[in-house]
Amino acid sequence: MADRRELDEATQTETTGHEWDGIKELDTPMPRWWLWTLYATIVWGVIFTILMPSWPMVNRAMPGLLGYSTRQSVATELAAASQANAALDERLVSSELSEAKNDPELLRYAMAGGAAVFRNNCAPCHGAGAGGVVGRYPNLLDNDWLWGGTIDDIDQTIAHGIRFDADEDTRIGDMPAFDGVIEPADIDGLVQYVLSLSGTAQDPASAEQSTQLFIDNCATCHGEDGKGMRELGSANLTDAIWLYGSDPAAIRNTILHGRHGQMPAFGTRLSPADIAKVAIYVNTLGGGE
Amino acid sequence: MFMKLHQWAETNAFALLVLSFIVVSVGGLVQIVPLFYLDNTIEKVEGMRPYSPLELAGRDIYVREGCYTCHSQMIRVMRDEVDRYGHYSLAAESMYDHPFQWGSKRTGPDLARVGGRYSDDWHVAHMHNPRDIVPESIMPAYPWLAETPVSTDLIAQMMTAHRRTGVPYTDEMIENAVLDFRTQENPDAGDVDALLARYPKAQARNFDAQPGVSELDALIAYLQMLGTLVDFSTFEPEASR
Repeated sequence: MADRRELDEATQTETTGHEWDGIKELDTPMPRWWLWTLYATIVWGVIFTILMPSWPMVNRAMPGLLGYSTRQSVATELAAASQANAALDERLVSSELSEAKNDPELLRYAMAGGAAVFRNNCAPCHGAGAGGVVGRYPNLLDNDWLWGGTIDDIDQTIAHGIRFDADEDTRIGDMPAFDGVIEPADIDGLVQYVLSLSGTAQDPASAEQSTQLFIDNCATCHGEDGKGMRELGSANLTDAIWLYGSDPAAIRNTILHGRHGQMPAFGTRLSPADIAKVAIYVNTLGGGE
Repeated sequence: MFMKLHQWAETNAFALLVLSFIVVSVGGLVQIVPLFYLDNTIEKVEGMRPYSPLELAGRDIYVREGCYTCHSQMIRVMRDEVDRYGHYSLAAESMYDHPFQWGSKRTGPDLARVGGRYSDDWHVAHMHNPRDIVPESIMPAYPWLAETPVSTDLIAQMMTAHRRTGVPYTDEMIENAVLDFRTQENPDAGDVDALLARYPKAQARNFDAQPGVSELDALIAYLQMLGTLVDFSTFEPEASR
């Protein structure tokens, strides 16, 4: 390549010396502002590696003059967030939960925080809208509660779970299997009796005949009136709300094989304040007591 | 002089190839090599152990079904992630993963700490058809997992292969592979204490509530252990890492 470069006549610009079929490539210089910007970013790049953790040395990387650390920054953010809520959390945990609902500030706080806790922890089973799943997980929108629907009841259920062996204070109650206890021939009549409690029996005569069978086997837990007992978590059979389905086959299945739905305890996963928040949130969904 | 060299390189294809390779190698080595020896990037964490044979089989099913295309296993060091999923992931938590399952896209939620979050029963129903439980879910159903038994033929070889990549499976672990595999799914079939001595914190039970070791058993065993090995109540993060 020649040391003195050729000038293009028409534009008075140097050419690169590359030529294709008589056409020569112009070597138009970069705009001055663009070059200076490029140099400035290079200088800034060097400064940045000095300020931030960067160059690998023998054992460790340079920590950077600013001492920035992602772990430190997220720890600071988390601490700041819990600090900001500390006063409200403290008030929520120390107050009677049933009273907390009457305090507009606490209620607003619990509703916002409780909704977030619910979506993350409860929605996978009870559904994003808290409607539950028939045959598996209870609907939290209706006013039918197996273990009680006051804020304190709900708080207890969330903290300690239901039939969750790992928690000592978990709620325990069992619908046993009556397969082999009740004569197979009597089961259908008993199903009709259970249906008759909510006025949905298809065969009132055989329901009538099974009254004594119900009193002997079921009334201990469900009560003679069939309204259930909350301390045992036994279902109220007189309403038309059925966790495991309302058709005779489903009820027959329940009697024969029992039901042992489980809810995990969240006391070890969530803070007491978060549990209080979500208990208030669930209580306000529609059926709270 | 420099321009001459430049012209020579540009007009000599082989020289250009060799020089380009050298330049790219320097860039790569400077970025990659330090990661293997810097104290900052190597963190040992208490509690990590190789996967038990059943978990390893479950992990293979996880990879086979491509779970990583929609689920990450990498909780980033950000407040919203820590709030939602739990403690941020540590590199050491993937130390026995070949290949790691960090993933790069979240169509579904992160699974790095899904262990213990849901009941086995939930997983069984969810794998059969996710919409039975979560109506708005777009996850495909995997009903064949429950019906497909897992063969024990290749378990020991699989562990040997992992040992060659650096996973510290002992001879004892490999000898007892099939026994441990069965014991974890059916605690009555073998010695659970021996299983726990080899694989601390392993959860032994019938995961799908059906007799026999199905692919669903293995997958749920794997999912239920994810993120449960390190005890974060005693973990002191070092800020410089």
